[in-house]
Amino acid sequence: MAETPGRTLQEATEEGTGQGGQDRKIQVDNLTKQFRTKEGPLTALDRLSFGVEKGKFFMVVGPSGCGKSTLLRLLAGLEEPSSGSIRVAPGPPGKPANSMVFQQESIFPWMNVWDNAAYGLRMRGVPKREIREVVGEYLEKTGLTRFARAYPHQLSGGMKQRVALARAFANDPDIMLMDEPFSSLDEQNKTLLQEELLRIWDESAKTVLFITHSVDEAVTLGDQILLMTANPGRIKALIDVPFERPRSVMELRARPEYGSLVYQIWESLREEVEQARQKEVPR
Amino acid sequence: MSEAGERVQGGGLGRRRTRRGAAGGEHARDLAFAVLSPLALLAVWEITVRVGVLDERFFPAPTSIVSTLVETIESGELLANTGISLRRMFLGMLVGGTPALLLGLVMGLYRPIRVAVDPLIAATYPIPKSAILPLLLLIFGLGEGSKIAMVAIGVFFPVAINTTAGVLEIDRIYHDVGKNYGAGRWQTFRTIALPGAMPLILTGVRLGFGIGLILIVIAEMVGAKSGLGYMIWNAWQIFQVEVMYVGLIVISVIGVLFTLVLSELERLLVPWRTAR
Repeated sequence: MAETPGRTLQEATEEGTGQGGQDRKIQVDNLTKQFRTKEGPLTALDRLSFGVEKGKFFMVVGPSGCGKSTLLRLLAGLEEPSSGSIRVAPGPPGKPANSMVFQQESIFPWMNVWDNAAYGLRMRGVPKREIREVVGEYLEKTGLTRFARAYPHQLSGGMKQRVALARAFANDPDIMLMDEPFSSLDEQNKTLLQEELLRIWDESAKTVLFITHSVDEAVTLGDQILLMTANPGRIKALIDVPFERPRSVMELRARPEYGSLVYQIWESLREEVEQARQKEVPR
Repeated sequence: MSEAGERVQGGGLGRRRTRRGAAGGEHARDLAFAVLSPLALLAVWEITVRVGVLDERFFPAPTSIVSTLVETIESGELLANTGISLRRMFLGMLVGGTPALLLGLVMGLYRPIRVAVDPLIAATYPIPKSAILPLLLLIFGLGEGSKIAMVAIGVFFPVAINTTAGVLEIDRIYHDVGKNYGAGRWQTFRTIALPGAMPLILTGVRLGFGIGLILIVIAEMVGAKSGLGYMIWNAWQIFQVEVMYVGLIVISVIGVLFTLVLSELERLLVPWRTAR
């Protein structure tokens, strides 16, 4: 059972799983998630093991159907694992364990920008004065101050995701979970938001787990990239991104090392994408 | 001097109006049509009665209805009956709407409760509410209780059903957000279920008000000595046709006013929908 083709993938992560010291923020061991469907059990994630170091920007990249969103939902506690374990090193007391930025529109349409950004803090019963301070600060950082009283339907897609970012950062979580937050944005907005995210993150030094299907995005933002295969979701490789910080998105992309890293990742992903396409069944 | 001043002011107003542009002009024209069409109908009515085409015993002329309206206002009869009916409506909506709202929210949020309560609602909802009136008279007697209960039952169903549907309509992602950001049970109620369902809750209230209005009139006709329903029924018994029409007018005015109040309420409670 263990001698499946998945073996090679295990190897690829061996150094990633090597029992790290105190710097390990998240430790995932043999994580498996199955869903029951009409056609029988569907394995979304198959014995995933990896670790995320504290304060790192950790990217998960894979084709659609590789279970990366499921992985994030498991880490957020929105789903229960079928087997295996997720261990998260306890953060400072009083802080939320994680905050998620969702792929879809997730800010409440019935709250204005300010109330949306303040949501996490209010749910935790943070004193009003502190809320005013923190929310004001993050609206400023995301360029939303002028829109504090606007409702989401008055905002563009990019603005809405800025609100989602502000809400997550204002909540000051120990770990930030991001599920393809920019995938629905146009190229210009995406680049702008990536810049903004990097800037805010540089100041916050949070552990980030960021999911994307875009290799470019992964190389631009990440410290480490976990490459996944599809159907079932397994680990293909763990790649270190050598670029220094702080980074400028456009400058980084102009560099030849950037291009060759992207190419390298693409090459190893290509077969996965093709396999996924062949296995795709009409729903 | 003062004339010149007025003229300047008038010019200012005129400019302001033109600055709003074509939309303003269109709006004014729509308004004119909306007001003119009922007025034209009333004029035709008045004339046909005067020349004897319409039978005055069944369709009294608008002018004589208006003079009856003035009479009933002066005698205090109309305002007293209107006040009594409104009070019954208000209390009935409160008594029926509040539990319906809570039940709808709970049903929308918790599947087991929904599964348990759904068949009960499905079984009782189709019963014509007017058919329950004798039972209510038996239980609550001829006093205020039976009228309020009647309205309450009429309001209960549309509010409960629409609130449930409203909560179910809320995208799952908002529940995920609530969970991820640590919203407790009460906070989920207050920050997600209630505001998310609000558009449909208001639809339920609007429907409930319409049903409540029908039921209060029926209840007052059958078992009351006061209220607009009673006034209309009594007018039929003593053949005061004009008073019947006065009753109908007041009921329709109540309906229109409530619709206005509700759309104002909607603007306040659902700014994210109506500001579009």
